[in-house]
Order: sequence, then C-alpha cells, then structure tokens
Amino acid sequence: MTLSGFLDAALGRLDWNALPFWEMVAHPSASSIINGLIASGAAGVMVLGALVTVWALTRYSLWGALWRDWLTSLDHKKIGIMYIALAFVMLARALAEASVMRTQQAVGLGGGFLSPEHFGQLFSTHGTIMIFFMAMPFLTGVINFVMPLQIGARDVAFPLLNSVSLALTAAGAALVMASLLLTPFSIGGWSGYPPFTETGYSPDVGPDYWIWAVTLSSLGTTLAGMNFAVTIYKKRAPGMTMFRMPLFCWTALCVSILMIFAMPPLTLATSMLALDRYLDFHFFTNTGGGDPMLYANMFWLFGHPEVYILILPAFGVYSEVISTLSGKKLYGYTSLALATICIAVLSFTVWVHHFFTMGQSASLNAVFGIATMLIGIPTGVKVYDWMLTLYRGRVRLGVPMIYAAGFLMLFVIGGATGIVLANPSLDYVTHNTLFLVAHFHNMLIPGLLFGMLAAYAFWFPKAFGFRLEEKWGRRAAVSWIAGFILAFFPLYGLGLLGMPRRTVAFFEPAYLPFTLVALAGAGLVLFAFGCLVAQLVVSIRERERRRVPAGDPWDGRSLEWSIPAPAPEWNFAVLPKVETRDPFTEAKEQGRAYRSPEDYEDIGMPRNSAVGPIVGVAGFACAFGLVWYMWWLASLGALLGLGAMLARGFVRDTVRVIPAAEVRKAHEGWLAMVHATPRIPRHEENTPANLGHAIPASQEEQ
Amino acid sequence: MNTETGRHPGLNLGSGHAEAHGEAEALVFGFWVFMMSDLVTFGLLLATYVTMLDNLAGGPGPKDLFELKPVFIETLVLLTSSLTYGMAILSLKHDPGRRVQPVLAWLGLTLVLGLAFVAMEAKDLHALLAKGGAPQRSGFLSAFWALVPLHALHVTAAALWLMAIVAQVWRFGLDTPVKTALLRLGVLWHFLDVVWIAIISVVFLGGLA
Repeated sequence: MTLSGFLDAALGRLDWNALPFWEMVAHPSASSIINGLIASGAAGVMVLGALVTVWALTRYSLWGALWRDWLTSLDHKKIGIMYIALAFVMLARALAEASVMRTQQAVGLGGGFLSPEHFGQLFSTHGTIMIFFMAMPFLTGVINFVMPLQIGARDVAFPLLNSVSLALTAAGAALVMASLLLTPFSIGGWSGYPPFTETGYSPDVGPDYWIWAVTLSSLGTTLAGMNFAVTIYKKRAPGMTMFRMPLFCWTALCVSILMIFAMPPLTLATSMLALDRYLDFHFFTNTGGGDPMLYANMFWLFGHPEVYILILPAFGVYSEVISTLSGKKLYGYTSLALATICIAVLSFTVWVHHFFTMGQSASLNAVFGIATMLIGIPTGVKVYDWMLTLYRGRVRLGVPMIYAAGFLMLFVIGGATGIVLANPSLDYVTHNTLFLVAHFHNMLIPGLLFGMLAAYAFWFPKAFGFRLEEKWGRRAAVSWIAGFILAFFPLYGLGLLGMPRRTVAFFEPAYLPFTLVALAGAGLVLFAFGCLVAQLVVSIRERERRRVPAGDPWDGRSLEWSIPAPAPEWNFAVLPKVETRDPFTEAKEQGRAYRSPEDYEDIGMPRNSAVGPIVGVAGFACAFGLVWYMWWLASLGALLGLGAMLARGFVRDTVRVIPAAEVRKAHEGWLAMVHATPRIPRHEENTPANLGHAIPASQEEQ
Repeated sequence: MNTETGRHPGLNLGSGHAEAHGEAEALVFGFWVFMMSDLVTFGLLLATYVTMLDNLAGGPGPKDLFELKPVFIETLVLLTSSLTYGMAILSLKHDPGRRVQPVLAWLGLTLVLGLAFVAMEAKDLHALLAKGGAPQRSGFLSAFWALVPLHALHVTAAALWLMAIVAQVWRFGLDTPVKTALLRLGVLWHFLDVVWIAIISVVFLGGLA
C-alpha cells in the first residue's frame, strides 16, 4: 500500500480544510479572516482549557484520584455531580455562542461580521448543546443526586448502567467539542430537518457530527430513564408509598417514563437519517420515495415529550424549594402529583403543533391546537398550588427562592405566549419568527434553567458539606432574571414585526433598537454566569465558615436532610421507616430526629468499575470514526464497547461490604456531633452560625 | 419490601432462594422496562413501513418480492426456539439433581434454532437483492430493510448474549448471576417472537394479501 493510500484509509475524509483557520490562510479575505479568527479563537480556548486541565491534574498528581474517586465510581451522588459539572462546562460554551449571535444581530443591519455558514453553525451548536448537553445532563444529574436520597435508597437500581449513561452523554458532548477543532458542525439547526441535512444539500461532516452526538446522548438518556423508573418503583424505603414521595420524585418518575418512551423516536430518526447519508437509503429524501414529513413527525414525537422532560424536574425542584423556604407543607400535594401525570400523558398528544404550517388539514391542526391548550390547565393548577404554598408562609428570600419567584412570574408570561402559538391560525402568522424563539427561551430559561440553578444552590451543601456564598448567588440570580427579560422580551417584538429566526442579517432598520436591547440582555446574562463562577470560587475559598456538618441547613422536610453533609457513601446508616409525607419535618417536630438506631447491619455497596469510562471512550471513537469515514476507528470503538460489556458478565466480585462496625462508628460519631451542635432559627440561616442543625419552623414560632 | 406479592411473577429460580428472588426482582423488572422502550422502536418502524407502502418510486412492491414459504419455515424455527428456551428454564427450576447438562442441552438447541433463523433470514435478504429489492431502490424498501433486518440483528445479539451466558455457566456453574441473566434473556427471546408475529402479519401476510 502506498503512503497516500494508507493515509486515506487512516484519516478518512479528514484533511487540512477541517482546521478552523485553514480557510483564512488559503483564501484570505476580510470575511474569511474575521470568521476564521473567531472560530480559531473558540477552538484555541477549548484546547487551552483542556491543556490547563491536564497540566493541573498532572501538577497536583490528581489522575489517580480522578480515576478512583470519580470516573470509575458507581456512587449515584458522584455520578450526579459529574453530570452537573458537564452541564456547566457546556453551558459556558453555549452562552458564549449566544453572545456572539446577539452581537452579530446587533450589528446585523445590512450585513454584520459573521458569514451565514458560521452563524448557522452557531445556532445549531447552541441549540444542540443547550438541549442535549446542558439541560439534559443538568436535570439527569439533579435527579441522580437527589431522588435516591429522597426515597430513602442507598443507590439507584443499576449503578453500573448509571455510569454507562453518563459516559455515553459525555461522549456525545465530547464529539460536539471536537467539532470546534475539526470543523464544521451542522448548519441544520438543533432539529436537523432533512432534506436539507441529506447528503445532496449538506455533503460535509456537519450533519454527521450532529447525528452521532445526538444519538449517543439519546442512548444515554434512554438508559438513565429506565434506571430512574426502576429505582423509584423498586428501591423505596419501607413505608415510602408513592403518595408519600416528595414531589420532586413524582416529577422524576414522570420524566423517566417520558425518557423511556420518547427517546426511541429520536434514536430512530437520527439512525434513519444516518442510513440515508451513509448508505443512500430513501427515508427522508426528496427523491426515490422518501418522505421528509416522516422525519418531522418522528422528531417531534420525541421533541414534544422532551419539552416536558426538561420542565418537569424543574417543577419538582420549585415544589421542594417553595415548600421548604416557606416553612410550610406543599399546598395541594395530590393535585400537583396528578397534574404532573396529566402533563406527562398529554405531552404525547401535541407534537403536530411544531409544524402546523407543513401541510396537514385544518381540522387536524385544530385537534392538536386544542390538545396543546389543554396542557395549560394542569400547569395552571401547579402555579396556583405554588402560590398557595407561599401564602402566609414564612418566606425566606434565599437564592433558590429568588429563582422561584422569577420563575413564577416569567413562566406564566411564557405560558401565555404558548397558548397564542397553540392557535394554528395565529401560528401561521408567527411561525418561524423570533416570536417563537422568545417563547421557548421564555419557557426554558425561567423554567428549566432557573430551576436547575435553584437546585444547585439548594442541594449544594448536601453534596459538598458547605453552603454556597449568598451575595454572589443573589447577584447571579437577579442578573439572570433581568438579563433574560432584556435579552428575550425584545424578541417577542421582533417576531411580531416579522423578523425571521435563524437569519444572519436583516435589512429593516426598525429591528435595530430591539436587537441592541437584546445584546445588552446577553451581556447581563454573561455577567450572571460570571457571578456563578465567582460564587463557586469564593465559596470554596471560604468553605470552613460555611460548613453544615449536621446536614440540615434549610430546615428541610424530606429524608435527604436527615443525614450528614456531605452525605456518606451509603446514604443511610440504617434504612429509614417512613410513616408520613415530609417525614423529617415530622420527626423533628416530635423530637424523633437524630436518634440512634437499634442496630446496624453490614452494607453492600457497588465496587468501582471501569466499564463506564471504557464504553464512553469506545462510543466517542466509534462516532468520531463514523463522522470522518475512519472505518477502522469506528469498528475498533464498536468492538471495544461490546467487549467491555461481554467481559463485565464475567465479573462476580461486584459488591464491597462495609462492616456494621464501621457504619456504627461513623454514624454514632455524627449523631454525637449533631447533639453538640447548637440549633439555629431561620434568620441565622445564611450566617456562619448555621452548622446544619435547625429549629423546626413550627417550634420557632412559639 | 420482600413480600411474596412483591416478587416478580415470572421468576423461575430454584426453590429456597429468597435472596436471589429479591435481587432478581429489580433486574427482571428493569429488563421489562427496557423491552418497552424497544417495543416503541419496533412499533415506530412498523408504522414507518405502513406509511411507506406506496412509496415504491417505480421499484418492486411486496407482491414482486416476498415469498410465504421461507417465511413460514422461519416462523416455525423461531417459535420452536422459544419452546426450547422455555424448556431450558423449566429444567433450571425443576431438574431434581440440579444438573447443568439438561439446561445446557436445551440452551444449545435454542442457540442452533436461533442461528438457523438468522441464516435463513440472511438467505432471504440476499434473494431480495437479486430481485432488485435493495434498500436504496425506494422509500418502501428502505423501510423494509430498517424493520426486518433489525429484528434479525436483535436475534443475533440475543444469540451472542446466549453464548456469553453459556461461557459463564462453564466458568461459574449455575450461580445467581447466570440465572438472572437467563431470566432476562428469556424476556428478550420471547419478545422477539412477538415482534416477529407482528412483522409476518403486517409485512408478509399483509403484503401478499
């Protein structure tokens, strides 16, 4: 074989053109240089970030700790934390892209500085990342961390599968990151509609990056959903009946069921698109008997339940936060649980509203329009329940509550614009304009993102043992809220003025004031993200002043607050017996909290396993090989993943037994410490006096 | 939690294995949940196939391509393999001497039947290509090739898993992980029968009717 023949086989279609600066070197022009510099800068930041991480891990000899304590760990808490870390990294990138897009549109009257292709890549990666690699990992991480603690379990049902799910998601995220250095990514939007993404119109690697990143993520999510559902059905503590579960667990259960049923349509849609692109099938092509509408139906058969996968966990978080930080039990618990189930069921009946204008009959549109409006009813029930929980509560405006307050007001506005869009005749006027962009950002930022950030502030002490700093947290929360309003309310106006979405430039001067205000909003949102980073840095530096070792910094109501902070590996020294809703509040009120159990038993916890990281690397290698036509790498990755799973079948020593004596020593020591710790009232919640031992709200008032 | 009623009704572990029962409960239930997800996949592919029936693009249709006789034989082979799998599980539970050989014999027979099904299927697909029925020919054929070979791929994967379990029996004997793995594989094996029944009803009988 000649050298060039070997290189062709080894590198597939990868060549110098893939480098982000190649175009400006090969064909220098003002436009190619500006776009090339921006793209190279982004790739440079990523490479630099990776190098700094590698350097730091080597400098402080942390590779072993990273491998042993994190990557191979099957502890649901650590896996949850890794999911959330991944979400924050991806949030940083997608926010940076959003700012570049806002800047472009602020100067986009008659041109701007970005090329249409570059702008197309920006909105495609922004959407793909925000949905699949920011929102999904964030909510999966929060469910992973919180749900087993709330139902009184020691781990999820399938700890190894949990690690594999994380690895698959991370592999997908890594693939999107790789597309920064070896370009281009798709310009077909986060929904990747064919026939545009078929080979005929997009012969480059862009849609292939998108296909395999999303496929890896959807596989990981399907497995995570199964794991959570089985955990909730089978691993609840004695006495923890379904209607005694904290509301967050109800939302986690409904989300898991949605994941199980809604992810396969996405996996199928992307796989069929891949068959079209790689093997010349005719699923979604214009010619040869293909049917692009089939893709639209399958994608949104996933896409609409996905909307509720994103929002329901946030509803769960708000329920916990509002109830705990008002010192009241949740108003209308049963109606909230039933509304959650209702929303989950209805979410499968509305997908056509994503394409009212794509040719079906008016009567079909009417059916789906009405179904869509129906979802407003259970959601309205929830909003009233939350407001009535706040009513006459002792509301503390901590960081999670600020997010919740912002959510309640902004989400209702977003919901109202959703009802507007649900009307097919109005949708004909506003579809494909920035009105739609404003609407879904209005649902996802105050809904999902504020919910996740509230969860981050709320449960952080349980994960790491110390509270987050309050001042920077408040700055971040207020800036997020104000930044969101400034960045997206102008987009409603622009949409009504007819500005189409996903366009790089515009020629209507009336748009300009709106795009300038939106740019200011984007700046404020960037500032908010900076505040979050500052908050984390300050909190870690001052962690000794913020420790809450007794484990109950917010006068919590559910089981996760009845254990130490940070939570021990086994979560519960002895599995709790549950007799009521809000079991920890009742135990505190009746003086039953922090009692020594009668006896301790040996605890079996899952041993570490390398299968997760191996499957992750294998998945990335396989996907990367497929993108660049490096068939050897794709086969190698597939074989490695398969081999790891088969080999795992021969591992018998999967459980590590922690002797009862060790559990007793740790737990009795902690109980003694709790009894020696002064109890604090709520107004000292954000002071160093808060060591995590709370006076229950009901006793404080007397 | 570990009450009699909470146990999964499909469990066929040896008697007096209360602990194994408890462990198997979540495992087997989890596998059923996974099967539901797979059911959505096959359901959507069947729906895709039906919507693509008229998208022939001038190419051959069901009546030009399908033959009932090989499909009939394949059906018999696959259904028989489900029977032999059931026998393997019965001997796992009821063999008085707790012997490994009867279980392995039934599993071996199941494997042979499964692989025979895949081989016959491959031969059919090859014949389809010769008749101009390649997936690139039309939307209809794309849908066919996504559905029927995916089922065969599932059978292949199940056969691979069966071989891995047999290797585990050889290495560890009939321990609890092997037994629960056999229970889960059983769910998959019988599920693939159900899917095949749907495929012959919709694709082959429906296409030739």
